[in-house]
Amino acid sequence: MRRGGSLGDTIFEWACRGAGVFVLLLLGAIIVELFIAGLPAFQAFGLGFLISTDWDPVQEVFGAGVSVYGTVVTAVLAIVLAVPLAFGVAFYLTELAPAWLRRPVGTAVELLAAVPSIIYGMWGFFVIAPAFAANLQPWIIDNIGELPLIGIFFQGAPFGTGIFMAAFILAIMILPFIAATMRDVFEQVPPVYKESAYGLGATTWEVMKGVVIPYTRSSVVGGIMLGLGRALGETMAVTFVIGNANRISASLFGPGNTIASLVALEFGESETGSLKLASLLALGFILFVLSFVVLAASRYMLRSRLKA
Amino acid sequence: MSLSLTAGMVPGPRKDPAVAAALGRRRKRADRIIRSLCVAATLVALGFLASILFTLTIRGFEAMSPRVFTHITAAPGSEGGLLNAIVGSIIQAALGTAIGTPVGMLVGTYLAEYARGSKFGNLVRFVSDILLSAPSILIGLFVYQILVLPFGGFSGWAGVAALAIIVIPVVVRTTEDMLNLIPNTLREAVIGLGAPKWKMIVLICWRSAMSGIITGILLAVARVAGETAPLLFTSLGNNAWSIDLTKPMASLPIAIYSFAGSPFEDWIALAWAGALLITLGVLGLNVLARAVLSGRK
Amino acid sequence: MSTTTTAPGATATQGFGGVQARSEAEINPPRIAIRNLDFFYGDNRALKSIDFDVPDRQVTGMIGPSGCGKSTLLRVLNRMYSLYPGQRATGEVMLDGENVIASETDLNALRAKIGMVFQKPTPFPMTIFENIAFGVRLHEKLPRAQMEERVEWALTRAAIWDEVKDRLDSSALGLSGGQQQRLCIARTIAVRPEVILFDEPTSALDPISTLKIEELIDELKRDFTIVIVTHNMQQAARCADQVAFFYLGELIEVSGAAQMFTAPKHPKTQEYITGRFG
Repeated sequence: MRRGGSLGDTIFEWACRGAGVFVLLLLGAIIVELFIAGLPAFQAFGLGFLISTDWDPVQEVFGAGVSVYGTVVTAVLAIVLAVPLAFGVAFYLTELAPAWLRRPVGTAVELLAAVPSIIYGMWGFFVIAPAFAANLQPWIIDNIGELPLIGIFFQGAPFGTGIFMAAFILAIMILPFIAATMRDVFEQVPPVYKESAYGLGATTWEVMKGVVIPYTRSSVVGGIMLGLGRALGETMAVTFVIGNANRISASLFGPGNTIASLVALEFGESETGSLKLASLLALGFILFVLSFVVLAASRYMLRSRLKA
Repeated sequence: MSLSLTAGMVPGPRKDPAVAAALGRRRKRADRIIRSLCVAATLVALGFLASILFTLTIRGFEAMSPRVFTHITAAPGSEGGLLNAIVGSIIQAALGTAIGTPVGMLVGTYLAEYARGSKFGNLVRFVSDILLSAPSILIGLFVYQILVLPFGGFSGWAGVAALAIIVIPVVVRTTEDMLNLIPNTLREAVIGLGAPKWKMIVLICWRSAMSGIITGILLAVARVAGETAPLLFTSLGNNAWSIDLTKPMASLPIAIYSFAGSPFEDWIALAWAGALLITLGVLGLNVLARAVLSGRK
Repeated sequence: MSTTTTAPGATATQGFGGVQARSEAEINPPRIAIRNLDFFYGDNRALKSIDFDVPDRQVTGMIGPSGCGKSTLLRVLNRMYSLYPGQRATGEVMLDGENVIASETDLNALRAKIGMVFQKPTPFPMTIFENIAFGVRLHEKLPRAQMEERVEWALTRAAIWDEVKDRLDSSALGLSGGQQQRLCIARTIAVRPEVILFDEPTSALDPISTLKIEELIDELKRDFTIVIVTHNMQQAARCADQVAFFYLGELIEVSGAAQMFTAPKHPKTQEYITGRFG
């Protein structure tokens, strides 16, 4: 009887532990497989693969430069666009919204996170990009594009699609993740700290700026990093709207690509065992390393919870 | 430190009510502006959601017809539907969830019941969290390497495997969170009755956490139902009718992707119909998941 | 709950429960006049027709069992309750000829005038200097030198200057609990309020830190009108000039401290301070 229980315990515990080990091995296997599969590209092009801007299937010369540039620029620009919006939403949901509105608005924002990537792609390509090209973009090109120094980032033809549009769609996609994290950590600030600041005569914004943000700084940064990690690897939405050209243009309105969009587009046209396929898998490995670093940093920042 | 400071004398200019009032007005104006901007930011976010839903509703219903559910994908110009893609998506999402869920539940149970605070447990949790947010396209590449290349080509099973890997960390997260909510006194009470630990977990803890775990599973289904990138290199898509998991298999996201990117009006229309279906499904699952969770409180 | 009473049969001159009250003193003219005050949490009436005066530059202690409304009253005085929907007050709380609980009251200005110190120390996650300057900056534009002077003054008045003067630029979170609470008092004083509200300021502190805070309160009343909520009868006896006893949302009795602890008028008060309930 007792022995039966302990045998059951042993089996169950090892099943659970085994599943845990499996998850570890899974991540390890992803890293190793991508590295091995991309090895021929690293061997053929050396470290120069990372910065080379070539992508020439005819000559069989490949480099990661353009897509790494596109990946980083779209993700960072997406963060720049998304963070103020996400902060506004989180501030509204924690401090400003009447109690009866918090749940429905919070749910709506979370649903924004649930919409599949490909839907964002279609919406961006068929609705947002044409609207942007028809209305706002020509004005920006004519006015801001003429300014010294920053003008160069806003020149070119008003196609709608391009690096900027990819970043814009990414921003909308990661907004709910960042907003939800911010809301959750803002809510963890003990009310008595906020009351202390109110008690000194602070306004709601001053309480937010002076107490809530300093208290939650590392978690807020963690939430932003989480959004960045997601933006780096987003595939379908970007593939639709980035314009897919293997070149680096100074203008944010120019077309480009990202690692994920390049892999998604070119994979189907690659021969098994070809150097091109190896280069795509090597790009996958680079993307993995990038996301891993950002997500690990995000986890680290989010782990340091508030002291009670 | 002069003694005078300890007395009632306050250093600095005398309190000037006019100055304080002017400053107060400025501070209140700043507060009002920021509040308005935050309301505006929220409206913008909600506006995006509304625009997406509006677009999907208009264009999706335009293209919606019984044909979508009765015909399989066909060449442009001929009467085609999405039947094979819908069925393929259901099969792959269902099998992926069925395979990923038990693994995820065991891992979540390990983290909550066996490895609380242990180093190895923290490592597993960290890795699971990384998998949760890792780019899904890389999961597709990985499965391509280990299942597609060595086993003779694209297959439904490879798609299932990729989706299962995506399901695991979602279920791990909710299982652990839900088990952590169960008070230790309940565990002690069950153990105190002489039950072995595994029975305590399976019969009591899992049961108490059931609605939360179901929520996690529903969210996982919603997540994989819309995944496109990992299927590109695994189940590939298939324009013919096929429910053979050893062959390439159609799926709704892949069909939407290839149709939306085509130059043909009728294909693009079908893509919108598919997009509407998939979004309704995914958002419906999310709302259902919330209802399950709040129903238990 | 609180008191370390001896036998209830103690003589009247010693005070009930052995509580030693300070000698009788004059009660100053009122600074805050509370008239017919009711307070509601939703439909729940938590304060019932409260009438009493808070004397100028003296210490008013508010005592009573948990849930009696004493903390609620404190939070009415600086309108802290206005942060939370569903909480409202009716009646009059007159300060400088204005009704504090009127809807048109400028809350930021009110709270600059009525400061508050909380149960637990609430240092902000910034340097000691910045903690003090935070509140001052809200209401005044001071040049750096004057700000430094103000910070030193506030820390000195809060009897913590000597302990922190060499580490003004280090985090306030590194201070001990008692130091943190005195820092919070300094932060409140720095804004130059007229009234300071203390909400059980020593309940999270050790006896020695408690003693320091009590001495400090005694010192501060020369310049500030002070209202203190406490669970600790001895503390009320040691600090307060006037004591108000609350029970179930009603003000049962208010009188000079010596009177309250030696010859309470109301039997409920007597029961409470001799430790028969609470």
